[in-house]
Amino acid sequence: MSAEETHHSADVAARVERRWATIFVIVIVMMAALAAFAGIHRATMPQPRVETTDPSRIHLSGEFVESNLGSVLEADGNVTVRAIGQQYSFTPACIVVPADTPITMRATSADVVHGILIQGTNINTMLVPGYVSEQLMRFTRIGDYLMPCQEFCSFGHEGMWGKVKVIDKSEFANRAKAGGRLSCVGE
Amino acid sequence: MLVNRKLILAHFWFAFAVFGVALTLGAWQMFIRSPIGTWLSNPELYYRSLTAHGTVMGYVFPTLVAMGLGYAISESALEQRLVGVRWAWAGFWLIVGGSIMAVIPIALGRASVLYTFYPPLIGNLFYYLGVVLVVVGSWIWVALMSINLRIWRKAHPGAPVPLAMFANVAGSYLWAWTAVGAALELLLQIIPVAAGLKATIDAGLARVFFSWTLHAIVYFWLMPTYIAYYTIVPRAIGGRVYSDNMARIAFILFLVVAMPIGMHHTFADPQVGAGFKFVHSAFTALVTLPTFLTVFTICASIEIAARLRGGRGMFGWIRVLPWDNPMMLALAFSFVMLGFGGAGGLINMSYQLDASIHNTQWITGHFHLIFGGAIVIMYFAIAYDLWPHLTGRELNDLRLIRTQLWLWFIGMIVTTFPWHWVGILGMPRRMAYFDFGDPAIAPQALSVTFSAIGGFILLASGILFLVILARGMRAPQAEAGAYRFAAAVHQSATVPVALNTHALWVALMIALTITNYGYPILTLATTEGTSVPAVYVGAQ
Repeated sequence: MSAEETHHSADVAARVERRWATIFVIVIVMMAALAAFAGIHRATMPQPRVETTDPSRIHLSGEFVESNLGSVLEADGNVTVRAIGQQYSFTPACIVVPADTPITMRATSADVVHGILIQGTNINTMLVPGYVSEQLMRFTRIGDYLMPCQEFCSFGHEGMWGKVKVIDKSEFANRAKAGGRLSCVGE
Repeated sequence: MLVNRKLILAHFWFAFAVFGVALTLGAWQMFIRSPIGTWLSNPELYYRSLTAHGTVMGYVFPTLVAMGLGYAISESALEQRLVGVRWAWAGFWLIVGGSIMAVIPIALGRASVLYTFYPPLIGNLFYYLGVVLVVVGSWIWVALMSINLRIWRKAHPGAPVPLAMFANVAGSYLWAWTAVGAALELLLQIIPVAAGLKATIDAGLARVFFSWTLHAIVYFWLMPTYIAYYTIVPRAIGGRVYSDNMARIAFILFLVVAMPIGMHHTFADPQVGAGFKFVHSAFTALVTLPTFLTVFTICASIEIAARLRGGRGMFGWIRVLPWDNPMMLALAFSFVMLGFGGAGGLINMSYQLDASIHNTQWITGHFHLIFGGAIVIMYFAIAYDLWPHLTGRELNDLRLIRTQLWLWFIGMIVTTFPWHWVGILGMPRRMAYFDFGDPAIAPQALSVTFSAIGGFILLASGILFLVILARGMRAPQAEAGAYRFAAAVHQSATVPVALNTHALWVALMIALTITNYGYPILTLATTEGTSVPAVYVGAQ
């Protein structure tokens, strides 16, 4: 093989390689652009805002006092759910919500790091003590969903399972007439 | 010219011994929480085991492999005796001491906080100090790699640094800097609380510090594997490196963009805003580039080997590859697992898709496939390749070696594929027990059983690996000759300065970390009222 041929094949190698690199730079830019588009256009994104709360005082005052936990039908027809996680349970342990309704879940932890995962959905958030987690959700299927804690929270972690009960919209409205905060604990 | 064989062997043997222990624990965990296991009446034992498994597999085992390989590269690629051998031994003993110091409180149930620490859970002080010693020991190695390269440069002004050493030093710098995140979390936050000097801790800030370490550490684990792809595999199968420059670019990209992306682990966290989550997601997309480049270059390199063996046609050359060569087999398995694991990783780092699998068994399946699969199978191959040079004895039971690699590959697929599946069904991570009697959980029972069987296949493979290495220590003596690395097809006499030095890239790595982490850390650190009471583990 002459020196010239070597030089030629080196050029070919470099060209093929550059082509491959260019293709993948385009792929990567497309991925990021797609995520940005979906985030801006469809507002699908991880929790955007940072809110704090003092876990040593949540049981005394503020939105996470015991009497305020559970589901409430707001004046605009939307539903807000408030919950806390603590070693080793959720309060309320059974969350009741209506189907086909925009729901805002606000939750925090009273002690260590926990997580909320509703099986069969993409509702999934960390509960970090000191911070408030907010998830927007909407259920289309009536039924019971398991809601395990998805983060290690010490020795009882494997026993920390809650439940979400999705009921018919009108049934929820009926229950909400009595006022107060709704849950399905004990049902 | 491997002079300090004992030093390297010590690193490998300690690494593989603790790997064997952690692997056994892992298999037991798979079994005990599966439907074929019996209910473990004390779930706390599971979390002790899990903490030990993660601590060893995450901090001790890969670090020692990288260090041992690093010393071997320094001596053989630079063809100069290792400078600072005493320091190297000091680093080794620090890691041994640190490992023992960390494992005792774990075994006593005083540090069941998992290797990811999870404050405000706080374990025994000595667990954290042990981990710190392990990291300090590895930092000595980082310094030695840098010093040895500097000495070589002085003796060879302007000459291209051998690719293996260039990559090795890049990996060491990556480790030095990524460990800083966890070091800050330990030194500023956790250790003062564990020592009783403080009683509160900012859990959100701690998670951000840890994410700094948590992702790039995977690329540090990956470094020996990529070094093997580029500089060992082509030589072992009789091929050439397709492109020396592209290899350098890949390692540089890892150094620069592996770092400022860790917050994709905190997408579901409430203490980080959407903006930085997006920035980190986009940077994570970028870190796929060096892997895509590597897949191309390595496939091209093995094609060269096949063509040299007379392979023809568009795909016909694949048949003539030396499939009985363990290195070829390991590479093929590694690539298959890297392909599946990498595809899963793209989902994890996705701004939108992450929510459907965050903290489920999918994640456990993902990193076992990438780390335990694609990465560790190449650690095996590296050990097999280096062993005759370290022991001065033959290692020629190729059949047994191939069986071991096959078992590892099959075991890893059988373990991780069902794991991914139950993750999609929403099965959470890190649980000592599942109530398979619950009709909502019952459909996952079969998949979990398969995973447990896979765990035992992996255990069998791991034991076989240790047996092969131990037998290699007693085989007939044979001089293996100098340890060599693959040559490039077109080896140019000079390399651009940017591809021959690290300074610019290290500066860029630090600058990008500061832009991507500086603001979130500063805001969290200065926000009032986010420190929460510590919860002491093992105190009740």
